[in-house]
Amino acid sequence: MDILTLFVVIPTLTVFAIMFAKNLEQTRMISAVGMTAQLINAVRLIIAYYDERNAGNTADFLFQKTYVWFDSLNIEYAIGIDGIGVAMIALTAVIIFTGVFASWTMEDLPKEFFISLIILATGVFGFFISLDLFTMFLFYEVAVIPMYLLIGIWGSGPKEYSAMKLTLMLMGGSAVLMVGLIGLYFYSAPDGGELTFNVIEIAKVHMPIEAQRFFFPLTFVGFGVLGALFPFHTWSPDGHASAPTAVSMLHAGVLMKLGSYGAFRVAMYLMPEAANEMSWFFLILVTVSVVYGAFGAVMQKDLKYINAYSSVSHCGLILFGLLMLNKTAIDGAIIQMISHGIMTALFFALIGMIYGRTHTRLIHEMGGLLKVMPFLSAAYVIAGLASLGLPGLSGFVAEMTIFVGAFQQNDLFHRVATVIAASSIVITAVYILRVVGILLQGPIKNDKYFKLSDATWFERVAVITLIVGIAGIGMFPYFLSDLIMDSLHPIMDHIIEAGKPALSQVSL
Amino acid sequence: MDFSYTIWIILVPFFMFLLIGLTGHWYKKAAGLLGTAGLAFVFLASYYTAYKYFFEAGKVDGVYQQIIGYKLLWLSFTDKLTIDLGVMLDPISVMMLVVVSTVSFMVHIYSLGYMKEEAGFYRFYAFLSLFTFAMMGLVVATNIFQMYIFWELVGVSSYLLIGFYYDRPSAVSASKKAFIVTRFADLGFLIGILILSYYTQTFDFQIITSQNGPAIAGAPAQTFMGFSILTWAMLLIFMGGAGKSAMFPLHIWLPDAMEGPTPVSALIHAATMVVAGVYLVARLFPIYSFAAPDALTFIGYLGAFTSLFAAIIAMTQFDIKRVLAFSTLSQIGYMMLALGVSGYGEHNGLGYTASMFHLFTHAMFKALLFLGAGAVIHAVHSNFTYEMGGLRKYLKITHITFLVAVLAIAGIPPFAGFWSKDEILVAAWEHNKLLFWVEYLVAGITAFYMSRLYFLIFWNKTPHYHHTPHEAPLVMTGPLMFLALMAIFAGLIPFSEFVSPDLTPYHTHLHYNIAIPSVLIALLGIGVAAAFYLKETSYPDKITAALKGLYKATYNKFYIDEVYMFVTHKIIFGLISKPIAWFDRQVIDGTMNLFGIGTLWASRKTKGLQSGQLQQYAFAFVAGAVILVLSFVYIWA
Repeated sequence: MDILTLFVVIPTLTVFAIMFAKNLEQTRMISAVGMTAQLINAVRLIIAYYDERNAGNTADFLFQKTYVWFDSLNIEYAIGIDGIGVAMIALTAVIIFTGVFASWTMEDLPKEFFISLIILATGVFGFFISLDLFTMFLFYEVAVIPMYLLIGIWGSGPKEYSAMKLTLMLMGGSAVLMVGLIGLYFYSAPDGGELTFNVIEIAKVHMPIEAQRFFFPLTFVGFGVLGALFPFHTWSPDGHASAPTAVSMLHAGVLMKLGSYGAFRVAMYLMPEAANEMSWFFLILVTVSVVYGAFGAVMQKDLKYINAYSSVSHCGLILFGLLMLNKTAIDGAIIQMISHGIMTALFFALIGMIYGRTHTRLIHEMGGLLKVMPFLSAAYVIAGLASLGLPGLSGFVAEMTIFVGAFQQNDLFHRVATVIAASSIVITAVYILRVVGILLQGPIKNDKYFKLSDATWFERVAVITLIVGIAGIGMFPYFLSDLIMDSLHPIMDHIIEAGKPALSQVSL
Repeated sequence: MDFSYTIWIILVPFFMFLLIGLTGHWYKKAAGLLGTAGLAFVFLASYYTAYKYFFEAGKVDGVYQQIIGYKLLWLSFTDKLTIDLGVMLDPISVMMLVVVSTVSFMVHIYSLGYMKEEAGFYRFYAFLSLFTFAMMGLVVATNIFQMYIFWELVGVSSYLLIGFYYDRPSAVSASKKAFIVTRFADLGFLIGILILSYYTQTFDFQIITSQNGPAIAGAPAQTFMGFSILTWAMLLIFMGGAGKSAMFPLHIWLPDAMEGPTPVSALIHAATMVVAGVYLVARLFPIYSFAAPDALTFIGYLGAFTSLFAAIIAMTQFDIKRVLAFSTLSQIGYMMLALGVSGYGEHNGLGYTASMFHLFTHAMFKALLFLGAGAVIHAVHSNFTYEMGGLRKYLKITHITFLVAVLAIAGIPPFAGFWSKDEILVAAWEHNKLLFWVEYLVAGITAFYMSRLYFLIFWNKTPHYHHTPHEAPLVMTGPLMFLALMAIFAGLIPFSEFVSPDLTPYHTHLHYNIAIPSVLIALLGIGVAAAFYLKETSYPDKITAALKGLYKATYNKFYIDEVYMFVTHKIIFGLISKPIAWFDRQVIDGTMNLFGIGTLWASRKTKGLQSGQLQQYAFAFVAGAVILVLSFVYIWA
């Protein structure tokens, strides 16, 4: 079986195996084995990818396979991957692997929980390998639907409300997105050939600019809802706050990246003229969301809300980089997807672990945790430092690449937007250090906290894996950056080429 | 000569950090020795490098070379804009290697005694190694982005060390303040780098500071609000330097940073990290000098103002570490001013040389003062001068070394501070008389407040001590004696033979017309302090009473902190963050909920249509038919 399809098959088999599990121990063991296999497969993919590239294969997408699925509409199961996809697959494999360990003690309906969780992951993997818009959309929905169950059943707080809100908002996004995709389909053969959903085929044709003007915003916003595009981000704070730990990790870590990845791979790549023409409008929105999310995080009292708003800010930075429409900034945006994915998963994992001990997420009720749980606290500080962009950790690499790239746009509008977005690094420092100061440092506020224990072995597995990811990217960014940059060339040539006439019109 | 081994000067502390940080809790006490051993290597390697560079391999045809000892591509943004990590050796970076390694090594040894009771002993050494790593990486940076990277890293190690006593709320808030204020400044630095690198298309120091380079010869012609674009870039870059070097009005974090352990104050907040801003300006000096002279002038004036401002505050403080902190501000102001009045080439570059010279001597005597203060605090368990006095009888070594440092900072020959301060005054005299008079005045004030501190600690009345104060052990007094030797003799180094803006050595000599008046004003300051504080007298109280309002304002550091509190809490938190949080929940989220509620409402209204009651259906059917017939009739008619 080809290596890409395995990414869908392994989790599916794992789900089947879990159905026969008798109790929590068996369930989690099967999940751990399945997701470890998935992680190993991801490593295999990276090696195979490099082998292929070093052997001189310069195709845009490697490991391509196409199976006709629904002939009359020309829908295919078409798969293939480039460097960006490889990076996203690796990210997903890491997050779901650590997510299993973070849910190690899920007492409540464990089988159903792990099944939903892994189905969700299957959808994500499928999304990243798809080259056919229809299949891609199918997997996208497979990833979004289990979220409703996971939050509604295993969540906390006003979980039904949050689950409903999250699902409906994302479904609203999907509906808009669907229209965009169908638009792409019907304009895919302007000279009267067979209509297609295949990304590579669609990229070869030029959609009329009038059609692009209509379908680009729909597609971009449709994906943007999942990528926490202001003002469609409000599902995120409530959804994250109510979701169980592993779900928050997966959702903020990977699922939100489906949004920005799709916005780039589908909306911007396939409708490049409109992307060039309309980027300014969305740029205003995302610049707002970068700063807005950061300011929003400053005054929150609940750890998960803080991190949810912080995600709005950081994911805004991803879209910000994408909309700058040059290689460097987009390279940075994709590094930021990976970086934020790992970092936020670490945050949510730690928040879950802390909550499991103190039974509160309100920062003012805690204090001095560094004394009683040094491992978890130190990990929290590391996650925080990554979040505020400390060199040596992944956030710095991503942010700097975005800012340097953004600054290559040499008009005042882009400059001002860049300076505003860059100012978020200060605000981020404010809310991160505020949390560290209240939560971890200072005297211990509650006597019963003296008895709390530090991380268990399975928690350490999750935390250390994620920290290694953050530090690895932060210290040796060249490989990731290079992997992405290589695959960006064809895409960016396509987008920039389309922008040239549009730009000259603007200057007239 | 191959200098590639110099990479280990950076890497050894880094590996020490990882090693001690990850495994230190198993062997606790030995962590200190391990860290110190690592630093011993760094110390020796730095001195060896300095010897090789200055006396053997550094000069070609009488001009010092910028030697790249090691270079590695770390990340590339575009084809031209790439970040290298590496080691660049030139006179100032080699000098900084000596400064950082000396002070850091002394602090490592000293802390073996000073910190030995602390629970977080190994954590302390891990952070010290992290700091040394970051500081070394900063000084040998080959490009401005490498400098920025390590700049952030020294910032975070400073944060971690200030907050070392993390269960004290005051330490926590001080560390937070230090990080956020410098982060704010670094935003300016970052934007400055972005502007500079956009127009020059390089980060590399050798290219941007070259006379024929894109920044100087090919300076972009754009202007923005009356100043050239490079002036803006250099001002923004200086903003980063002003933050780290605690120039007014970004100085507020430094006095609070004294919450950290005293050896940390000596290392980071007196000798090394806080002079990074001066080093930054010196590193980019050719650009300031040729392409952004307005920015350089601004730096000179800001330095002079800060030195005066801080010196005035220092006269009124009673916390021994805070007096030293304000004194540090004041002395860094001197260094900035010296750069501001410097020209380029031969004797014109005296200000630059003097600035680096003062950086060097100041690092030695200020570290000595802090470590001495640490020994005093260690003995009496208090930071406040009103709980000290008469300590010369108990702490003999500390007393003598402290006195040496006080004389050095006051500018009494032949101690180190005299020589470097004299050069600064000469440079100021030759370029800007106003700034000269400011600095001349500050020299007197400095002598006064330092002697005041000295007399209050070691003379004056002896309070009742609970335990008889006793001298610190040899691990602590050893570094004091070593640094005292440096404070005595470092001034005799002919600095202009080594450090000059154009890398070409030149000769300087003592200017008696300036040296003599400056010694006189220093003696005056010491004399006044002696009259006030040698014995307990009533003069200080009388003067305080006479200058009531002014004294209070000065004692409260001119209320700058309060201004910041107002801006952050009232404006940023109160007028921006809270409304945004509210707006998000109520307006944006409210709109989304409104859709949900609207849908529910609509379904409630329409669900009546499917009631299943036959009469209702029949009625609707008939009514619809009638309406249709009527409308058709209307249309046809």
